[in-house]
Parts: sequence; C-alpha cells; structure tokens
Amino acid sequence: MHAEEPAMGGHAPPIPDSTLPGGEWSAAIAAELAEVLANTAINTEYRHLVVKCGRPALDAVPGQFFQLLCPQPAGEQPYLRRPMSLYGVDPDAGTVEFLYKIAGAGTRGLAMLHPGDRLDIMGPLGVGFSLDPAWKHIVAVGRGAGLATLAPLAKAARAKGMHVTAIFSARRPDLVLSVELFQSQGATVIPVTDTERTSGPAHVERLLRGLIAEQRCDAFFTCGSSRLMRVQQRLATEFGLRGQVAMEQQMACGIGLCFCCVRDFNVKGEIVHRRVCWDGPVFDILEAIP
Amino acid sequence: MTDLSVRIGSLTLANPVMPASGTFAEGLERVMDFSRLGAFVTKTITRELRTGNPLPRVVERPGGLINAIGIPSKGVPYFVEHTLPHYAPYSVPLVVSISAPTAEGFASLAAELSAVPGIAVIEANISCPNIEEDGKAFAMRAGSTEAVVRALRAATKLPLWVKLTPNTGDLPEVAAAAELAGADALVVANTILAMAIDLNTFQPSLGNVMGGLSGPAIKPIVLRQVYQCARVVKLPIIGCGGIATADDAAEYMLAGATAVQVGTATFVQPAAMISVIDGLAKFCERRDIARVSDLVGAVRNEETDEADLEWVAPPQ
Ligand SMILES: Cc1cc2nc3c(=O)[nH]c(=O)nc-3n(C[C@H](O)[C@H](O)[C@H](O)COP(=O)(O)OP(=O)(O)OC[C@H]3O[C@@H](n4cnc5c(N)ncnc54)[C@H](O)[C@@H]3O)c2cc1C
Ligand SMILES: Cc1cc2nc3c(=O)[nH]c(=O)nc-3n(C[C@H](O)[C@H](O)[C@H](O)COP(=O)(O)O)c2cc1C
Repeated sequence: MHAEEPAMGGHAPPIPDSTLPGGEWSAAIAAELAEVLANTAINTEYRHLVVKCGRPALDAVPGQFFQLLCPQPAGEQPYLRRPMSLYGVDPDAGTVEFLYKIAGAGTRGLAMLHPGDRLDIMGPLGVGFSLDPAWKHIVAVGRGAGLATLAPLAKAARAKGMHVTAIFSARRPDLVLSVELFQSQGATVIPVTDTERTSGPAHVERLLRGLIAEQRCDAFFTCGSSRLMRVQQRLATEFGLRGQVAMEQQMACGIGLCFCCVRDFNVKGEIVHRRVCWDGPVFDILEAIP
Repeated sequence: MTDLSVRIGSLTLANPVMPASGTFAEGLERVMDFSRLGAFVTKTITRELRTGNPLPRVVERPGGLINAIGIPSKGVPYFVEHTLPHYAPYSVPLVVSISAPTAEGFASLAAELSAVPGIAVIEANISCPNIEEDGKAFAMRAGSTEAVVRALRAATKLPLWVKLTPNTGDLPEVAAAAELAGADALVVANTILAMAIDLNTFQPSLGNVMGGLSGPAIKPIVLRQVYQCARVVKLPIIGCGGIATADDAAEYMLAGATAVQVGTATFVQPAAMISVIDGLAKFCERRDIARVSDLVGAVRNEETDEADLEWVAPPQ
C-alpha cells in the first residue's frame, strides 16, 4: 500500500498494483465492524475513541481519515457517514483512534458507544501528510479539532528523526488538546489561547518568525484555522518554505464519487476544483484558498 | 449455481447489478473488484465545460439525501483521454451517460461518442432541462421525449438507454414515447425533486435551493413507477431508486426491472453493489429459482383488481 510516502499535492495516490485486473484483487479501502475499546470524555467538548480493527484500516497514515457510520441517537437519523481524522494508529496493538467534538446528531451518536460495541468504520481515506527526509525541524499549527488531525504527525516525525514544534490554539487553556501526546513524542508545544489573548494571527506570526530565525522551521503543517493558515502561506512565500494543510469540507461519499466536497485551489495562478475527500484532505499550503 | 446473467436488448450482462450515474468513479476500485459488476455507468458528461452548482451540494434527510451537485463536466476530450482508459482493461460493458441542453446537442454528442472505441451503451440522461422548452426537462412530457430520443436514435447505432425522471405525472406515456422513438432500454428513474430548509439560518440547505432526493426514502415511489412502465412497454427496464440490498433489487425485478442500478447506497456502504450481487444469488438459491431473470415481472397480482385499492383513491 501507499503507507510509507503518501503522494502529495492534489493527486490521489496511485491505485495499488494488486487491484489491477488479472492480479489478485484486494481492498485498499474497506468498511469494517470495529470493536470499541474505549470512548472517554477528555474535556467538556471532546471525546477520545479507540477501536480494535484489522487491515486495511491499520495501514492509515497521518492526515488520512475514516468515515464513521454513527449510531442513531433517539429521535435522530444521521444517514451519511461522518468524516473523522486519524488521531492515532498502532498496527501492533491493532487499534485506531479518533478524537472528536460533539457537534450534532452523528457525533452525539458516537458519544453513546461503550466498550464492546461495534462501530462501522470505513477507510483509510484520502491523501495524508508527507514528510521529506531532508527536513530536520517541522512546525505544526492547529486549532480546535484540527489538533486531532495533526496529532499522529508527532510520532511519524519522530520516527524519521525530525523535531516538531507545535503551536496549538484554543479558546481556553483547558481546551488545548494533545499536549501530553506531543510532548511524549519529544515535541515542543506552545499553547496559545483566546482567553490569554495569545492566539491572534499577529502573535502567532511573531512566534513563527522566531522559529524560522532559529532555523527550526523547514516546513509548516496546519489544520483547523484559515486565519493561521494565511499567516503560514505568507511566511512560506517570504522564506521559500514548504507547507501542507489538512482541509475540511462537508462530505457525503468520502471516496471521490459525488463531488459534494469540492473546493477551489490556486494551481499556478489557475483556479481549479478539487475534491477534499479524494485529492486531499492534505494539500500544498500554497495552493489552498482559505 | 444461480444463473445471474440478464439480457438487455442485444447485450448480455453477467449479472443485473450496476452503479447509478454520478455515484461511481475510478476510486471505487479500491473498495471492490470491478470485474464483478454487471456494467459500469459513468457520471453524466456534457459537451459544455461546467463547474457544477454552488455549495452546499448535499443535505441528508431521513433515509436519504438531497443533492444539487449539478453536472460538473470537463468535456468530451478530457473524458476520452482520462476517464475511458481506466475502464478499458475490463470486459465489463461500459455505459456512458450523456446530457445536452437541446435534442440536436444530444444527437451530436451521441454521434461523437459512438466513434470512440470501448463504449458499449449510451445512457441518455433526459431528466435535464431542455432550453428549447423553457427549461422543462425533456422527460417531463411524451412529446419532448419522443423528439430527443428520435434524434439520438438517428445519431447512434450503439444500444441506447434512456433515463427517465420520476417527476412527471405522465411517466407511462413518456416511457411509451421513448419506446416508440427507438430506445433499447429505459432507466427508471432519476432523483425526485425536493428541498430542505436550515432551521438555524432560515436559508435553503442547498446552494441551488432545490435538489434531487435519492436513497431508501424514494424506493417505494420509484418501484411503483417501474411497475407502471413495465405494463406499458416491452423494452427492458433498469430500476434505479433507493436500492441498498439484494431484497430491494429482487423487489424491483419482480416489479418488472431486468436489471438494477445502485446509487446513494454506495455512499453509506461502499461495497453495496457486491453485497447486492451476492445476496441476489442467495435469494434465488433459497427460493429454488434457477435464473435471476425468472424474477423479472414475476409479481403475482392476478387477484388484485382496482376495487382493492378503492380505500386509497375512492372512485369519483
Ligand atoms: C476530513 C475531515 C476530518 C475531520 N476530522 C475531525 C476530527 O478528527 N475530529 C472532529 O471532531 N471533527 C472532525 N471533522 C468534522 C466532523 O466530521 C464534523 O464535526 C461531523 O461530521 C459533524 O457531524 P454531526 O452529525 O455530529 O453534526 P451535524 O449535525 O452534521 O453538524 C453540526 C455542525 O457541524 C457542521 N459540520 C458538519 N460537517 C462538517 C464538516 N465536515 N466540517 C466542518 N463542519 C461540519 C455543520 O455545518 C453543523 O453546523 C472532520 C471533517 C473532515 C471533512
Ligand atoms: C450525488 C449524486 C449525483 C448524481 N449524478 C447523476 C448524474 O450525473 N446523472 C444521472 O443521470 N443521475 C445522477 N444521479 C441520480 C442517480 O443516478 C440515481 O438515479 C438516483 O440517485 C436514484 O438512485 P439511488 O436512490 O440508488 O441513489 C445522481 C445522484 C446522486 C446522489
């Protein structure tokens, strides 16, 4: 599979040879009834879900996502699956993790799951982050549920000997997620919050300029804030740095069939439509339009 | 072993299950073994380059969704160069769905595609607005249906499937008109015109205001329409509307469909088509039915007569 180095820049990864006619066909994406191991509240807004599953789910890479078929809360009937980023994967333990915010019917349904229950997960989906072995220091900038998407990068970067500095933005200090998870992977975490008035784009830009000056920023990785993405786009252009952004859009099929999650991208001055679910959700930061 | 093959005019399909236009693309190859499908059906293409409708393009409702994707199209050369080659390695027949704003436009697009190797069937999506008739869809009326199908028939020797809209009160007449004008099969049907309003914003939920309802919610309506059409035409009918399981497919075949298309169900269970195929074989085995084609039109209604339905629609 394409687990090692996912393709980047708006091209769906090549279809594995095993799916070509003539060869023995095997599913690179599948819907699987996974077993819920844990589903716990981690603060007033977010819950952490751990499921036991098999392949191909365990081939998921950072930046990819799953489509979850959420249980129906009383009186509500979410019909479509709900996209959730990969928060963690452990092929040895056979587990995949998600971090989700309760937003509506689907996520209310997810919150009802107990250990031992079954959850239909479909994935892994989309194009994930790619790490250039030439990079020594990468910077992750996230806000809200965007931190869930960035979280598995910490482990992947460490495995490649890269150091991560994470700037995590939230409304209040108690809502900053994944700090321990990043620190346990040797990352430096700088929380910025609205209540402390540190989360504005000007302050974050100062922090980033500082990191660039110290040569601790070979590339940007971001998710969850268009304001902060714009800052990084500007700095990437000014300093000739690379960057990747994980984007969100309302989705239906999750596998590139329905064209409901298209967004505009600026590709060498030309505006093109791309499907967030299939061509992304990770895109070149300079092509993204907030 | 059940014989799953079905005949649609001159074409034999290995089984009666295929995707519905607009809900199928190359990406599904990572989910299922394409060589198992009865046919491939591509997203509708147009000659004009189109970007599609404004977002949001989809809203869910109980048992289905309303879509207003529009028909984003990169045109014919892109299709021939980039989409077609993907299906070339398979022996599964390729059905290409087309649309145009005029009868002449339909005919010239069909003629152009007929010269391209690798296309087994033209499916004319005549549920789209006809600019010569005030934007009313061709398939809303028998007259405009007959005109566009005649033009198409004269333009191509390929098998011609005509996809009808469920949004007309004249469906049996429209079906008969398509048969008269030379269609080889009918696809019944497209999505049902619908709407949703967001109670937070008081705005329509879709960027395009109105859209088409699909999914299990529409199955009983379209099933009835297949039944009605099967009683007035001899053409094979391909049932399409809310099919998610083998039981749904069997019900459609009993109502008169020779084959079925699976659309929205794929968004929820990406391998739905494969489970419909496997499930149909099991259904037939369980009922000692040797050929799946024995199901076609096998609904038993000898005993019903109009009087039984009087409580639904009392005689005037
Ligand atoms: C690729 C991708 C990855 C995601 N990863 C995560 C994640 O790791 N953790 C997490 O908590 N959330 C994530 N989301 C957002 C999550 O999918 C939505 O919050 C969820 O679908 C809401 O479903 P619901 O039924 O609970 O709420 P709904 O009733 O469907 O919606 C509640 C509110 O959320 C908005 N909303 C719905 N879908 C989306 C969406 N896709 N993006 C943004 N807003 C939306 C609606 O407009 C509405 O205002 C991700 C979205 C995408 C596209
Ligand atoms: C997202 C979406 C896109 C569609 N696009 C097309 C299309 O391009 N051409 C067409 O003839 N029908 C299109 N349809 C209609 C389907 O082919 C099918 O007729 C309809 O959805 C009913 O079947 P279902 O309930 O199984 O989905 C589309 C449906 C959906 C949900």
